[in-house]
Amino acid sequence: MNNITKERYANGKPRLRRFHQAKWDEPIIFEMSCEGERGILVPDLEPAIERTAEDAISTLPEGLRRNQPPRLPEISQPQLVRHYTRLSQETLGVDVNIDIGQGTCTMKYSPKVNELLARMPKMAELHPLEPEEAVQGILEIFYKFEQILREISGMERFSLQPGAGSQAIYANASIIRAYHEQRGEAEQRDEIITTIFSHPSNAACAKTAGFKVITLYPDADGYPDLVALKAAVSESTAGLMITNPEDTGIFNPRIEEFIKVVHDAGGLCAYDQANANGILGMTRAKEAGFDLCHFNLHKTFSTPHGCGGPGSGAIGVTKTLAPFLPTPVVEFDGHAYHLNYDCPKSIGKIRSFYGVAPAILKAYAWVMSLGAHGLREVARTAVLNNNYLLKRVLEIPGVSAPYAKGKRRIEQVRYSWEELAERTGIHSEEIGLRVADFGLHYWTSHHPWVVPEPSTLEPTESFSKADIDEYVNVLRHIAHEVANNPDQVKTAPHNSTIHRIDPAALDNPAEWAVTWRAYQKKIHEDSE
Amino acid sequence: MKKSVKLKEKTIVYPYIPNSVPSVKNQMLKEVGATSVEEFFDDIPEKLRLKGEMDLPKPFLSECALKRHVEGIISKNKDCEEYLSFLGAGCWQHYVPAVCDEINQRSEFLTAYAGEPYDDHGRFQALFEYASMMGELLDMDVVNVPTYDVLQAVATSIRMAARITGRHEVLMPKTISPDTLSKVRDYCKPQVNIRLLDYDSRSGQLDLASLKHSISSNTAAVYFENPSYLGFLETHGSEIAQLAHSRGAICIVGVDPISLGVLTPPIKYGADIVCGDLQPLGIHMQFGGGHAGFIATRDEETYVMEFPSRLFGITTTSVKGEYGFGDVAYERTSFAKREEGKEFIGTATALWGITAGVYLALMGPQGMQEIGESILGRAHYAMSRISRIRGVVTPRFSTGHFKEFIVNFDDTGKTVAEINEALLNHRIFGGRDLTEEFPELGNSALYCVTEIHTQDDLDRLADALEEALH
Repeated sequence: MNNITKERYANGKPRLRRFHQAKWDEPIIFEMSCEGERGILVPDLEPAIERTAEDAISTLPEGLRRNQPPRLPEISQPQLVRHYTRLSQETLGVDVNIDIGQGTCTMKYSPKVNELLARMPKMAELHPLEPEEAVQGILEIFYKFEQILREISGMERFSLQPGAGSQAIYANASIIRAYHEQRGEAEQRDEIITTIFSHPSNAACAKTAGFKVITLYPDADGYPDLVALKAAVSESTAGLMITNPEDTGIFNPRIEEFIKVVHDAGGLCAYDQANANGILGMTRAKEAGFDLCHFNLHKTFSTPHGCGGPGSGAIGVTKTLAPFLPTPVVEFDGHAYHLNYDCPKSIGKIRSFYGVAPAILKAYAWVMSLGAHGLREVARTAVLNNNYLLKRVLEIPGVSAPYAKGKRRIEQVRYSWEELAERTGIHSEEIGLRVADFGLHYWTSHHPWVVPEPSTLEPTESFSKADIDEYVNVLRHIAHEVANNPDQVKTAPHNSTIHRIDPAALDNPAEWAVTWRAYQKKIHEDSE
Repeated sequence: MKKSVKLKEKTIVYPYIPNSVPSVKNQMLKEVGATSVEEFFDDIPEKLRLKGEMDLPKPFLSECALKRHVEGIISKNKDCEEYLSFLGAGCWQHYVPAVCDEINQRSEFLTAYAGEPYDDHGRFQALFEYASMMGELLDMDVVNVPTYDVLQAVATSIRMAARITGRHEVLMPKTISPDTLSKVRDYCKPQVNIRLLDYDSRSGQLDLASLKHSISSNTAAVYFENPSYLGFLETHGSEIAQLAHSRGAICIVGVDPISLGVLTPPIKYGADIVCGDLQPLGIHMQFGGGHAGFIATRDEETYVMEFPSRLFGITTTSVKGEYGFGDVAYERTSFAKREEGKEFIGTATALWGITAGVYLALMGPQGMQEIGESILGRAHYAMSRISRIRGVVTPRFSTGHFKEFIVNFDDTGKTVAEINEALLNHRIFGGRDLTEEFPELGNSALYCVTEIHTQDDLDRLADALEEALH
């Protein structure tokens, strides 16, 4: 018999876990279809309604009555629940893994009680167009959460409407455009400046909003380059849209000067606070001089990530820019809460109705479970975790943390496996595939890869010292394998749900298939 | 004599923050060679440091107290299970099967994010299946991983059309929702001009003469909805699509997915891009928090390459017969290309996509047909009951309807606001007041009836209206 003591977590010490991911070889749902099976029944029609239904269908305008029922699968409920539960098991949520590997994503624990609150009928069954008197509770949550965000950022007003971070960045770009339009400078001010270590959506949303994009590269130490900024600003500058700390985990110490340079040129400064987790209660948008900011409630405020949304993006602005916020805004007159649509300068709608209300409720509950001291503790612990991880990762041969030598980092670090890759020919992405064998995520970084062979790790406050040690153990083990048993890495994953994917078909119009029906038409015949 | 007992002052250890335990923290600090956490913030200039603590409300540290506090606030809401609601206008009360909630609260799905196709295979498959089932409902081969909502879906569809055609104008009827129009105005501003088309005041139908007059070689797309925001069915879909195509423009149709068990998928009358909102498919209203936008096209490279969204495709692995998934044409996205990608991509509404997939799988072909028939029948029963009330005209438009219809109260001597106020006393939320959005429709409200409304509910509405008016 094998002795697994070595692999098991014991005496507070994590070892190398013998992980194997759920592997159900689950068919595509259409393959499970059995003619005639039903997953749920629709309420019977009362006789009077049945008669009107028959009339209504027979009098449907010509060409509008569907002839062929949709070819959806036919599945009984137990089989359907089993299928989806199995698919869920083949997915690594934060609740099942030490989610340090998705750097920049601020993977943290989403408290169960907040989910429970958001799913109560008093929230779930609310229609957004009910009379104001019927929705005072949720409007109170919106209003109070706005007050909380005002204090956290120092900004004057917030809109909770954007559906997530990128839509919030877009909304801020639109406000910048509206501001310059109002001043009659929109045509002249058509450039947005960003940095390469700010999230790609800063560049992409600025472009979508009609701006040209200037991207600054870091100076030799990895800090945003002030000289480059001074060279970039002009009478064409509409604004600066950046992250701080950047995705490298480095805080720009000259942020005030950056903002002053842009303000002096007549531009506005928007703060992408996707990386706010490490600075909650430590430093704010207002004191640095920003005109706009946004928070990702699914990141910093724990409202979970939901496989990629629903999230929520709260945008905050100075008093000058408040009239441009999306409509409506929530007001309190001392007695009752109201939706104010009387905002003639507003950019209008960014998203339907008022925002992702359940996420806003969960974010409010999260803050109310921690308070000011707790939020600081979140930031300080996340940053301690990150610097502890940094210390431990750098003990592994072949990995480095480029830039800002000898300096501490805030919330995350962008590492480089360049040395290891040069020595062994094994790349960061391959290390990532092997990390999956231990039940962990691993993310390289956004493109372009300015840091060669990158990996971005972010151990938020949710992870214990033992969790971090376990992650480091896995990286160290893989680095050792690269040197001694490289095939094990090159052929990974071994313990995952599936094996190496052939990506070629995904970029070939003749082969790609985004739906099962397209797959049936294109590829199915060849694979028999 | 009783000895007075003083409870020990506690250091706060936060249950969500394992390393808030002081001894652990000290050990970690020691290992990194720091004397305090403050050292890690050296790069933040002293001047920018927040002095003291933020001025935030006192927290409820115990879960028990927190739950009581939040419940206390939301208990002030009156929800649509307590009140009988006929509100629609962009958010609709449909029945949400328990299985939809069961799957979307599976913590593996709820707390996952952006993992690779290996560690998150299930997430990729569930979203591929969602797109595949939507594809069957819409009769189209390409469906995106959902975007934020229908507003974004419409706005992006228009920008896609502008890029495909290289043109800069969209034509859309004046009957679209003011919110959609507001979003399109903001989002399409840098690229596309909007031209609004008249509608027939009796039938609501898009005015074909206005379309013929307006369409030109500058037209990138013609957009219309079926059913429309105002509830009526657009019967000239083929003519509109033909007119668009004859001038080299793209035909975009906004559709309510829950109607497609009984209504013809827009591709059949010529739509090139079809978009809409998933909220009706198994997602609670959540005060407007349950929206997700879909965009569908034919499987043509020119269309696929213009999507800003993630598109999850099926492929093979090194094991024969094993399914794998991954991003189709990833290089088109802003993740790959920043400002050179198509629009932008980020976190959107994947969990609602999975949920809508679960819904479609539960309903199956027969369920979707039956629910469509049920909604049609109930809405028509409601119209027939309400139309018998003296002074009330419904439907306001003469063509067919699906689940929403306009009730006009011009001849009752009462405003919609007064009527809705009276309905509240019957614990009924009356239809959406249209008097501000569409003054030309007079004293009108948009009512929504779905499969959740029983005949008793509809009779109760008609009786309450009768009482409120006479």
